[in-house]
Amino acid sequence: MPAPRTLLDKIWDEHVVCAPPGELPLLYIDRHLVHEVTSPQAFEGLRIAGRGVRRPEATFATPDHNVPTTDRRLPIADLISRQQIDTLRANCREFGVRLFDLDDADQGIVHVIGPELGITQPGMTIVCGDSHTATHGALGALAFGIGTSEVEHVLATQTLRQAKPRSLELRVEGRLGPGVTAKDLILHLIGRLSTEGGTGFVIEYTGSCIRALRMEERMTVCNMSIEAGARAGMIAPDAVTFDYLRGRDHAPRDFDAAVARWERLPSDPGAAYERVEVFDAAAIVPQVTWGTNPAQVVGVDGRVPDPTTFADPFERDSGVRALAYMGLTGGTPIVDIPVDRVFIGSCTNSRIEDLREAARTVRGHRVASRVRAMVVPGSGRVKRQAEAEGLDRVFLDAGFEWREAGCSMCLGMNPDTLAPGERCASTSNRNFEGRQGKGGRTHLVSPAMAAAAAVAGTFVDVRQWHDHA
Amino acid sequence: MQPFTIHAGVVAALDRANVDTDQIIPKQFLKRIERTGFGRFLFFDWRFLSDGTPDPRFDLNKPEMAGATILLARRNFGCGSSREHAPWALADYGFRAVIAPSFADIFHSNCFQNGMLPVTLSEDAVDELFQRAAACSREGRPLRLSIDLESGVVQVPEAEAAGRPFRHTFATDPFRRDCLLRGLDAIALSLAHADRIAAWERSHGIGAPPAPSRP
Repeated sequence: MPAPRTLLDKIWDEHVVCAPPGELPLLYIDRHLVHEVTSPQAFEGLRIAGRGVRRPEATFATPDHNVPTTDRRLPIADLISRQQIDTLRANCREFGVRLFDLDDADQGIVHVIGPELGITQPGMTIVCGDSHTATHGALGALAFGIGTSEVEHVLATQTLRQAKPRSLELRVEGRLGPGVTAKDLILHLIGRLSTEGGTGFVIEYTGSCIRALRMEERMTVCNMSIEAGARAGMIAPDAVTFDYLRGRDHAPRDFDAAVARWERLPSDPGAAYERVEVFDAAAIVPQVTWGTNPAQVVGVDGRVPDPTTFADPFERDSGVRALAYMGLTGGTPIVDIPVDRVFIGSCTNSRIEDLREAARTVRGHRVASRVRAMVVPGSGRVKRQAEAEGLDRVFLDAGFEWREAGCSMCLGMNPDTLAPGERCASTSNRNFEGRQGKGGRTHLVSPAMAAAAAVAGTFVDVRQWHDHA
Repeated sequence: MQPFTIHAGVVAALDRANVDTDQIIPKQFLKRIERTGFGRFLFFDWRFLSDGTPDPRFDLNKPEMAGATILLARRNFGCGSSREHAPWALADYGFRAVIAPSFADIFHSNCFQNGMLPVTLSEDAVDELFQRAAACSREGRPLRLSIDLESGVVQVPEAEAAGRPFRHTFATDPFRRDCLLRGLDAIALSLAHADRIAAWERSHGIGAPPAPSRP
């Protein structure tokens, strides 16, 4: 009888093309997603070497990182941004790659449109020149970010050189409490693991809490695996996955046969992970980051810590530096921190469920006078769905800006940035120094927490929101 | 790719943990469509004051670290975004190697694609290097190191060690090491297995498209 295998083992074994002695294995790549920032040099490399794209039909491109989220009919004011997007267009035309361009109804953040169009499927290997590619693991795929040289390698060969990563099971049992979301769950896990606790590993999220999550919530969890150092995160496919995929544009035509295949993917009973950590969902509270990496996080009912008390000298040094950058003092209650800006969006939290959660929180309220708040849907489809449900009205009536799809203020490559010193409650994934604009101060939170902060002008515990409201 | 065999050079000591790729090369400089020219933007927000002049407090701006080709940092160097612009910027500035107790995965593999060697040493060895760098700094002179990839050895050149030798070994994946030593084209190496790739595709019902979209 064959040894029991994990989800990772099964996808890995299936995709090893060859492992010649003295070389790293060549892993076959089923889907390659491409965006404007990390691809121009890869296409240029192909041109210089006289190489082509091996499987253009397995390659999908969209501009997302650097696109304006204002009126799409206007030309892009930033000439360098415009050139990068024009370059993506020219490359896709030249190499025969399907492009979801700015005027395409399906344009959006690459990690939103992949699952939404059914391009992402269980059991696949998926790569993209972006570290949040782990998002696609929510559907039971092995998905990870790569650099531009590897983008070129995949374009030319449809394979990657990879050592097999180690497996880490993060088992979360129980139920999240009311007002506690998938974002709080993943921030809590990152806080426990540290930003490098997952380095060298692929995380498989398991347990009753994970099984109970909706598809969008699973994507939020897998999305931030890289923030714990893990290149990929994955969740075994189940009925939630199959129901989500059924009927999507690129879903397999013989869907039932595909489901029969996918049902064999989950880890076998008794399959061994190299490391296992177990967490209790009921113990998790809404989270707010206080520092300049995502592991510097605390519950909303807590206080900004005093890093001078940290035992680890590097954590101490980095905590002290972070508080200076963030303009915070140890001991300050989180709910006493005022915010200037609110950003609801990014590949972590810009899907329809995220917007519904935020809209439920703001309905009937006004954004505080000191706050400027914006909602940036993850894709054209998400935007249209939200508008069909009237969510845009809820946001606009409350005083939010309602934008076009893109990465926007998650990394501020487009005009959506923080001014120096501005403090932002953000549903994005990184609170690094300068991430949202030089001198900008980012606090990572869930969509409900961001929405509540927009209304209150400070952080509030969404578990008490309806008493508060 | 430029091969890496033995390299000797001046160390720049950046005494910080979790240096992320957003710091190595801030996002406003990711819009270029070339691989070159990123060096002047390396560590931009740390390196320059708001008026554009170098910040004298930042390590890389210290005179004894001028011309450095080896970067020394604390744990989890290169975390965050997958941007290969990070090793491009380090290489364009003049670095050939980064020494740290640990590296983020994507940054680590991006280095090997660009003739840049990531050297993993123990926390203790890295700590000792920081102390030696600080001592050199106080005397206003650079710390020099030599790195031999083939034998996997980092050392302070004997003449400079002056009775306090520093010699540590490091491990590198043998395939990555071989590619770096010989400066091999990774894509050409993989395309040598084109028949195996085609066989995998056939066995998975993927029609042979071998006329690539562009010859």
